[in-house]
Amino acid sequence: MRKMGVLFLALTMILLVGCAFAMEPIPQEDLKAGFVYVGPVGDGGWTYMHDQGRLDMEAAFPGLSSSFVESVPEGPDSSRVMETFARKGFQVVFATSFGYMDFVQEVAEKYPDTVFMHCSGYKKADNVGIYFGRMYQARYLSGLVAGSKTKSNIIGYVAAQPIPEVIRGINAFSLGVRKVNPAARIKVIWLFSWFDPGKEKEATKAFIDAGADVIAMHADSGATPQTAEEAGVYVVGYNNDMSRYAPTMHLTAPIWDWGMVYKHVAEQLVTGTWKSEDIWWGLKEGMVKLAPFGKDVPAEVKNMVDAESNRIISGSWDVFTGPIKDQDGKVKVPEGEIMSDADMLSMSWFVEGVEGEIPK
Amino acid sequence: MDILIPILAAAVRSGTPILYATLGEILTEKSGVLNLGLEGIMLMGAFTGFAVSMYTGNPWIAIAASFLVGMIITSIHGFLCITMGANQVVSGLALTMAGTGASSLLGRNFIGETITGLGKMHLPFLSEIPFIGPILFDHDPLVYISYFLVLFMCFFLSFTKSGLSLRAVGDSPRSADSVGISVVRTRYFYTLIGGGIVAIGGAYMSVAYTKMWGDLMTAGRGWIAVALVIFAIWHPMRAAFGAYLFGGVEAFQLRLQAAGTTIPTPLLMMLPYILTITVLLVISIREGKGLIFEAPSSLGQPFYREERE
Repeated sequence: MRKMGVLFLALTMILLVGCAFAMEPIPQEDLKAGFVYVGPVGDGGWTYMHDQGRLDMEAAFPGLSSSFVESVPEGPDSSRVMETFARKGFQVVFATSFGYMDFVQEVAEKYPDTVFMHCSGYKKADNVGIYFGRMYQARYLSGLVAGSKTKSNIIGYVAAQPIPEVIRGINAFSLGVRKVNPAARIKVIWLFSWFDPGKEKEATKAFIDAGADVIAMHADSGATPQTAEEAGVYVVGYNNDMSRYAPTMHLTAPIWDWGMVYKHVAEQLVTGTWKSEDIWWGLKEGMVKLAPFGKDVPAEVKNMVDAESNRIISGSWDVFTGPIKDQDGKVKVPEGEIMSDADMLSMSWFVEGVEGEIPK
Repeated sequence: MDILIPILAAAVRSGTPILYATLGEILTEKSGVLNLGLEGIMLMGAFTGFAVSMYTGNPWIAIAASFLVGMIITSIHGFLCITMGANQVVSGLALTMAGTGASSLLGRNFIGETITGLGKMHLPFLSEIPFIGPILFDHDPLVYISYFLVLFMCFFLSFTKSGLSLRAVGDSPRSADSVGISVVRTRYFYTLIGGGIVAIGGAYMSVAYTKMWGDLMTAGRGWIAVALVIFAIWHPMRAAFGAYLFGGVEAFQLRLQAAGTTIPTPLLMMLPYILTITVLLVISIREGKGLIFEAPSSLGQPFYREERE
């Protein structure tokens, strides 16, 4: 019996050692990448931008092949999709939504030779890396533009869901607005939906009726810029350059470049240098940026945005550097301190100047 | 008053797609056919409207095309349920899934495109009436057509021979058959027309309301319409009231948020659904007492001419 025990222990040891991730270079033409999308590629927003990144990667690595499965719910279905990729010999699987987090962990344990990259989560493993972008930096810059264009000092922010990612964006935007215009107030409407053009349109109209003269957004359709254009109100887009919906009123838009991460990971796999890491890139790396400015953005505003952008890129300052007060005037980040990444990722309060509530 | 006008105008605007879908479904259900495929039909209507509008530049051709496509895809449901006597719930759900999938597949190349679409139409005299004008008559022509459709359907169902035949087929197909009304033909006709009207609701979303196309852009409005048919107890006038109530509650809660109030908005958003459940409850309590006569009593049951009851 004891012998069996020893044997079992030895086997376990071997298994454990075998689990430690070892990376061999994969020839480019053999590399297969699988993508799990939370929405349809046609959402024109979040998933659309991820798919643009996938196409960027394909273009940069001729011979590499990639596939995607779209509209995968953030539940047990997602692990089935990821398993299928792993079983079919895909060497890397990108899971592009927060809710896949635990399922990635589960599948990654079963397929230790496959690399998993999870977007916007916080759980890593030997063969699981995580990636996200510091969108708040681009949001801050777009806030500077919005703050310098408002005359009524009322800015509307059409927001999808009350989660830290969106709250962080609203706060960064508001800090930008109030840096140039301390009298401005930012009103928030929650849609409780990521994609509903009809509702996004009505929310925009509600802001315009309430006197807002610049509208910003965190939702996936182009309904907000379109409505703003019709009403002759300035708008800040999101996800991608939305100026086609608002040719004259579009000021700018904080936008994503996911292709950077996908190319980076492909490079690592081809050279055999991949290791589990935590990618959280920002303006410096170019993963988030601003869409081209509209015609009504004056040169001095552009210069100021450039200066602020350089300040962030240089690393001497970041958006959430104290002093930062919350809605009630309570100091949340003391003078001279920079908020930690962990605090940013779990943000659940509004900065001073934001009007509206975070539903509990 | 100044606060009320934009909210009520918004109620009409955002209630219109739901109103079309509800009116279409009332026609279909009055004939005794239950069609749960509204969401799929609306999406196909929205896609067709957008695509045709983009190619022809003419919103009216686009709306006609949507109507046609709505009829064509509903004919699948008609064939399965009327000719084959299949389970109407299952067939309807299948239609929703098929319409959702097909529209997103076909619509892939239309993402991010823009169209001119249907603009506002000023009506002489009517648009100038104080209070009523800016609420009811400051919209695009599809909204005005929906008013007309409501009135026409009320008249049609209550005062015309065809309307009577339709109700007879839905209430008691056997009696209708015995007086020489073709149950199959009547059911086909109104199921298809109903499907076409539902598709116009979708086309309104893409051609008039938002002037864009995106996957799943109807965002559940087809399901709201299914509930509204019951809420309206199969009456076009109450359907209009219900659709504007749904639209109005949404417009109201968005404006409450813009004003920075602290009323929990999810609570407000539940209101129309709670009302629907209440109506369902009232119907089931009153059922059998002969008080609810608008509900087609053979709803969801296939009709076989040869069978005896």
